[in-house]
Amino acid sequence: MKITIGATVTEAGSSVRNKTGGWRNMRPVTDLAKCKRCGICIIVCPDAVISMKTREEGPKTDYDYCKGCGICANECPFKAIEMQQEER
Amino acid sequence: MAMKMVLRGNMATAYAAKLARVEVIPAYPITPSTLFPEKISEFVANGELKCQFIKCESEHSAMSACIGASATGARVATATSSQGLALMHEVVFIAAGLRLPIVMAIGNRALSAPINIWCDHQDTIAERDSGWLQFYAEKNQETLDLMLMAFKICEDHRVLLPGMVGMDAFVLTHTMECVDIPEQEEVDRFLPPYKPVYKLDVNNPMTFGAFSSPDNYMEFRYAVHMAMESAVKVIDEVFEEFEKKFGRNYQRVVPFMVEDAEVILVTIGSMTGTAREAVRLLRSKGKKVGLLKITTLRPFPKDLLKKYLKDAKVVVVLERNISLGFGGAVYPEIAAVFANAARRPKIYDFIIGLGGRDIVVEDIVKVYEIAMDALKAKKAEMVEWIGVRKDEIEVIK
Amino acid sequence: MNEESLFASGHTACAGCGATIALRLLLAAAGKNTIVCQVTGCMEVVSTGYPNTAWKVPYIHVAFENAAAVASGVDAALKAKGEREGKNIIALGGDGGTYDIGLQALSGMLERGHDVLYVCYDNEAYMNTGIQRSSATPYGASTTTSPPGKFSIGEDTPKKPLAEIVAAHRPSYVATASVGYYQDFQTKVKKALSKKGPSFILVYTPCPTGWRTPSEKTMEIAKLAVDTGYLILWEMENGDRNTLKVTKMPPKPRKPVEEYLKIQGRFRHLMNKPEELKKIQELVDAECKRYGIE
Repeated sequence: MKITIGATVTEAGSSVRNKTGGWRNMRPVTDLAKCKRCGICIIVCPDAVISMKTREEGPKTDYDYCKGCGICANECPFKAIEMQQEER
Repeated sequence: MAMKMVLRGNMATAYAAKLARVEVIPAYPITPSTLFPEKISEFVANGELKCQFIKCESEHSAMSACIGASATGARVATATSSQGLALMHEVVFIAAGLRLPIVMAIGNRALSAPINIWCDHQDTIAERDSGWLQFYAEKNQETLDLMLMAFKICEDHRVLLPGMVGMDAFVLTHTMECVDIPEQEEVDRFLPPYKPVYKLDVNNPMTFGAFSSPDNYMEFRYAVHMAMESAVKVIDEVFEEFEKKFGRNYQRVVPFMVEDAEVILVTIGSMTGTAREAVRLLRSKGKKVGLLKITTLRPFPKDLLKKYLKDAKVVVVLERNISLGFGGAVYPEIAAVFANAARRPKIYDFIIGLGGRDIVVEDIVKVYEIAMDALKAKKAEMVEWIGVRKDEIEVIK
Repeated sequence: MNEESLFASGHTACAGCGATIALRLLLAAAGKNTIVCQVTGCMEVVSTGYPNTAWKVPYIHVAFENAAAVASGVDAALKAKGEREGKNIIALGGDGGTYDIGLQALSGMLERGHDVLYVCYDNEAYMNTGIQRSSATPYGASTTTSPPGKFSIGEDTPKKPLAEIVAAHRPSYVATASVGYYQDFQTKVKKALSKKGPSFILVYTPCPTGWRTPSEKTMEIAKLAVDTGYLILWEMENGDRNTLKVTKMPPKPRKPVEEYLKIQGRFRHLMNKPEELKKIQELVDAECKRYGIE
C-alpha cells in the first residue's frame, strides 16, 4: 500500500474496490416486463448500483455492490422489483 | 536597499507575511498577538497586500480556514497566542497530519488559570508534539526573518509541515526595535510561490483527510517524523541561503562563549539577551561560563546540543514552562541527548520567569551559583524554581 | 454500477442509509465542478477509508465542528487565486456536526458572507458514535442517551429549529428538504448554488440503524414525515422573510403523526401512551400553524 503525503487519496471513486454485495441477504430482481423504465430505482439507490444504458436493456442491478436494502423494490411505482431470499 | 523601520515584534511578522505574498490570512484577535491581524487588515485596506483576510469567529475556525485554504494550494499564515493556541489544539495536529505548510506567528503567553497575558512558553510547549516546526525569536529582527524562512522551509517538498514562530509576549510582541525590512524583489528571489504536491482541484479530484486504520496509521505518523528529520537539513540550507542573500546569520542552536566553558546555560527566546549579559559578567570574574540559545525546538537540535554540551561539567536549562508533576519540558530532552553517553555533564533545570515575571542578570547569576553548589554537593538531579515565594502558598493539611 | 454517480459504489454505509441517497442527489444536482468540505461523521467514515474514496469530486474532511470554517478557507483561497468562478463549494455535516458542535463555525461562515452552500443531513442523533441524542433529536425519541424508563419518556426536549436560526442570519438562500421528495431537494440545491453568498439546506435523512426502521422504508418514511406535517419543507430567498414559502404541502387532511411514529422503533415505547402521542400531535399542529399549513 502506498503511503501518500498526508494520507491524500489520489484516485477518485476508488471505493469500487470494496465489493459490498457480500452484505446482501435479499436480492432485488427486476421484472423487465413490468418495468416502465421510469428510472426511480436508479435515483433512490443509496449504493449507486443500478444503471440503464438503453431503454431496451432496462435497469441493471450490479450485485457486486448491491447491499439488498430493498428501497428500489419499495419505491418502484409498478411493483416490478421483487426481493428474493439470497441463497449462499 | 533594504529599509529600516522601528517596529513591534508582532508588526514585524505582519511585514514578513506581506513580503511572503501570503494569499490567505484567517485570524482571530488575542492579546498579545492582535497587532498582526490589525496590521494585515491595514495592508489590505490600503491595497499594499492583495490577500484574502478572513475575520474568523474563533481561533479554532481560523486554523480550520487555514487548513482549507492551504489544501486549496494557497500560501497561508495566521497568528495567535496562549488560550487561542490551546483552542486550536485539535486542528493544529490535523494541519501537520495533512502536511500543510501553514506558518503561524505566536506571541508566547502563559496559559490559564489563573488568566495571565504575559510572557511564558507554556502555550507552544503544549503543542510541541503536534508535528509543527518550532522556531523561537530573541529579538524583533528574528521574528521577521524566521517567519520568512519558515515559509521556505515548511513548503520544501522534503518537509511539507506547518511551522510556528514564537516571540515572547510584550517583551517582543509589543516592544519597539529597529528592524531591517528586506526589498520585495530580494524576498521574491528567495521565496518563490508555493507549489503544492496535492491540492483540492476540480480537474483532478482527490480526497483529503481520509480515515486511517490500525493497518496504516503508524506509517502516516512515521512519514511525519521522517519529514521532521529531513527538515534539519532543509533548515540548515535555508539559513545558509538567507545569510548569503540578506547577511544575517541563523543557526538551530546559537553558541556564545562555549569553547572552554565548564558551565553552559541553555535558553530560549528573549531571556537570551539577559543571560548573555550574565555570562559576560561571570566571565569578567574568571568564571568559565557559556551560553546556548535554542532557535529551533522542533525538529529537536540534538546533534548541535551534543556537539556544544558534551565537554561541559554542568548544563543549566532555563525554562519559561513547567510540565507539572515533573519539571521543565526541555530539560528531559537535553538529558536524553546524553542518556547513553559514557561521559556526560550534570544537567540541572531551572523554572524561571513564568507568567511574565521579569528575568534580570542577578537571577541568572543566582542560577549559576545554585548550580555550582549542586555540583559540589554532587547532586544527581535538580529542578529549582527561581524566585518563587513558597512561604506564601496556602496549603491545606 | 452507476458510473455517472459522483459518489461511487463500494462505500460502507449501512443498507438503506438515507444520508447516502442525499449525497448522491446533492452531487448529481451540483455537478463535478464542486469541492466538498465535510465534518467528521458517518458519511465521512463510510466514504474515505484509506486508501479508497467514494468521492469523485475534490473532498476534504478536517474535524467534527469545522466544515464551515474549512469551506471559508477554500472559498478565500480560490478567490485569492482568481479561480473562484464556475465552481461550487459545499460544506457538509450531520446534525451533530451542525446543530451542536459546528453551530459557531456555521454562524461565522454565514455572517461573513462566504459563497458556500452548507448542507446538513439530519438523521436526528449522533449515529456514527452509536445513536446518542443531539439537539436535533425530536421529543419522545429513544436514543442511547435518552432512553425511556420509569422516569423518562425518551428525549425530553423538542428539536432545535436550526433552519430558522440560519434564516435569522439572512443568507442568500435557506431551505429544508427531505430525501423522500428528492426533486424538491435537487431543485433547492440548484437554486442555492445559483445564488451568490451563503446558503443552507437542511435535508432530512432517515437512518434505519438508529431509528430501528426496515431498510427498504427509508424513502417512504422521509415522505411520511412531510405528509404528516412533522417535517415542513420551506425556503426563504435573499434574506427576505417575505419570500418564505412552503414548497410541499401535506395532503388535506394531513395524515396523523402517529402513522409516522408507529413504524419507527425509536418511538415504539410511546405507542401505549396516548397522552404523549397527543402531545406530539399538538407540537406538530402548532408548527404547521406557524407555517400556514392546515
